[in-house]
Amino acid sequence: MITTGSWSRALRPRSLGLGVLVLAAAALAGVALGPARLPIPEVMAALFDSLPGVDTHHSLTARQLDILFELRLPRVALGACVGATLAVCGAAYQGVFRNPLVDPYLLGVAAGAGLGATIAFATAAVAAVPVAAFVGASAAVVLTYAIGNRFGDRAPTSLVLAGVAVASFLTAAQTYVQQRNSGDLRVVYSWILGRLGAGWDDVRLVLPYVVVSAIVILLHRRLLDVLAVGDPEAQSLGVPVARVRLLVVMAATLGTAAAVAVSGLIGFVGIIVPHTVRLLAGPSYRSTLPLSILFGAAFMVATDLAARTLIAPAELPIGVVTAFFGAPFFLALLRRRG
Amino acid sequence: MKKLCIGLLVLLAAACTGDATTTTVVAPTVQSATTSPPPTTAVMADTPQAIVSLSPTATEMLAAIGALPQVVAVDDQSDYPTNVPVTDLSGFTPNIEAIASYDPDLVVVSNDIDGMVGALESLDIPVLLLPAAVTFDDVYAQISQLGEATGRFDEAEALTAEMREAIDELTAGVEPPVEPLTYYHELDPGLFSVTSSTFIGSIYSLFGLQNIADAADPDGFGYPQLAEEYVISTDPDFIFLADTEFAGQSAESVAARPGWGEMSAVTGGRVVELDDDVASRWGPRVVDFVQAVAEALALQPVG
Repeated sequence: MITTGSWSRALRPRSLGLGVLVLAAAALAGVALGPARLPIPEVMAALFDSLPGVDTHHSLTARQLDILFELRLPRVALGACVGATLAVCGAAYQGVFRNPLVDPYLLGVAAGAGLGATIAFATAAVAAVPVAAFVGASAAVVLTYAIGNRFGDRAPTSLVLAGVAVASFLTAAQTYVQQRNSGDLRVVYSWILGRLGAGWDDVRLVLPYVVVSAIVILLHRRLLDVLAVGDPEAQSLGVPVARVRLLVVMAATLGTAAAVAVSGLIGFVGIIVPHTVRLLAGPSYRSTLPLSILFGAAFMVATDLAARTLIAPAELPIGVVTAFFGAPFFLALLRRRG
Repeated sequence: MKKLCIGLLVLLAAACTGDATTTTVVAPTVQSATTSPPPTTAVMADTPQAIVSLSPTATEMLAAIGALPQVVAVDDQSDYPTNVPVTDLSGFTPNIEAIASYDPDLVVVSNDIDGMVGALESLDIPVLLLPAAVTFDDVYAQISQLGEATGRFDEAEALTAEMREAIDELTAGVEPPVEPLTYYHELDPGLFSVTSSTFIGSIYSLFGLQNIADAADPDGFGYPQLAEEYVISTDPDFIFLADTEFAGQSAESVAARPGWGEMSAVTGGRVVELDDDVASRWGPRVVDFVQAVAEALALQPVG
């Protein structure tokens, strides 16, 4: 096991503090702003009032309180959960496959979730969409693993190729089902572009998976650093490479599938956030993983705020916002660093 | 195509102007929103006896003017009335060979997907393009066109007269409210809606209802996706659900949505469950749609 005392590779308190600050700012903005234009001081007063043991006066109506506590707060919470998960899972995938271009949808998660959701829409079982998406996403990765291990040499490349094949196949199936049920085209399309918001139910639904997934991935942060030197080298250092890869992929799949189930296919977060974090704090997974959680959550909360305010009272699909603003921001960052 | 993205239809229809000009039955291409298509004067030598309808709305119109005996096949989305010859044909992913195999002497479509009109014309199959209506006049004009094309002009005239009369009666029967009432028309649970510039919106405008989606559509596209906060804070007097069948929404499910339970439409029993198909087609059943709105206004006074 490599031990490194190098301060630069560990998580620096300064980066951590910055992450917490950015997330707090995004969350605050997310709660304070929205198409309903609630008076911000009153919103703050109401928020403090809701804390146990605090009693402040505010003049929000019952409807405004509903908007604040039943729509905005859960939406910010859900955005934080989904963003953190997609980012940390993306970073984990990049680690186990030693490939910076990998995102959490690599092994067929998106295609599987898309097929599951489309089938649910086509059979008018809208309530079952999250479950169907979750099952589809998980099943796709299991299939990828089975094929990759059966026909491949257990190298990451075989897995990735199996993932490409599975994703193409499932996408074909999804398109077929969608075309056969053209009446559902709009809802399917809208789901694929991603959307946050169904109140606290979704937060409760997704939270356990997200927490477990993040914990398992974080526990492997040092091993992912070792894995970066290559499979044989890591093996010779005593790292059970295949088992680590399987565990991390399982955890990342669980988290991604849960996130996708409640938010649709929000692209780009899983790539852009880990890379941004690496540019800020160096390549070690000991800093990349925890910072991805914080910045991923902040990024998603901020983009969702943009999605629901930029063209208010209409709303933009969040997937459009993540890519539209994320890509140029990322390029600017790269350029500054380069 | 019961819920096929209507906006897409409009766009497609707008894009295909000029593609369908050389048929025996003159297929009037999309007219602008302001001018309704004049009834064409083209007369076919013989009335068609093997009509294929790839538009659920056209199927309903054909049935209502008594032309069903001349119809040999309708597309997979045509489900009203129930005695129509449903096939696997699709107006959405059209297969020209499959359509031609019915040896039709008239094909009715609602939009020119994949250059279908040109392809059918190249097989010397007459095509009638009846795009999504923008106004009531479009509806009546399309029924007249079908009447002319099928040799049932009198039936078509009788039908449109009957529809006009019924709609006039329904709108006259509702007292105009003192304060303008507002409404939200839901296309799907993702809060896609219609503005009053659409055909659906024009039905509510008959009753002087004000559409909350108008503010969300400065570009006049007609089908904006609304922010949830906006819908709730606007607190419309009526909520009309056009996603009851395909997305299973109901007054109960709306009441159970987070933050929706205290909306005045919900507590006042003014969440109206529409028939998805009736609320998205522009055929003879628009009268049913108008009636549903009229009944909602009459039964559930606001206050």
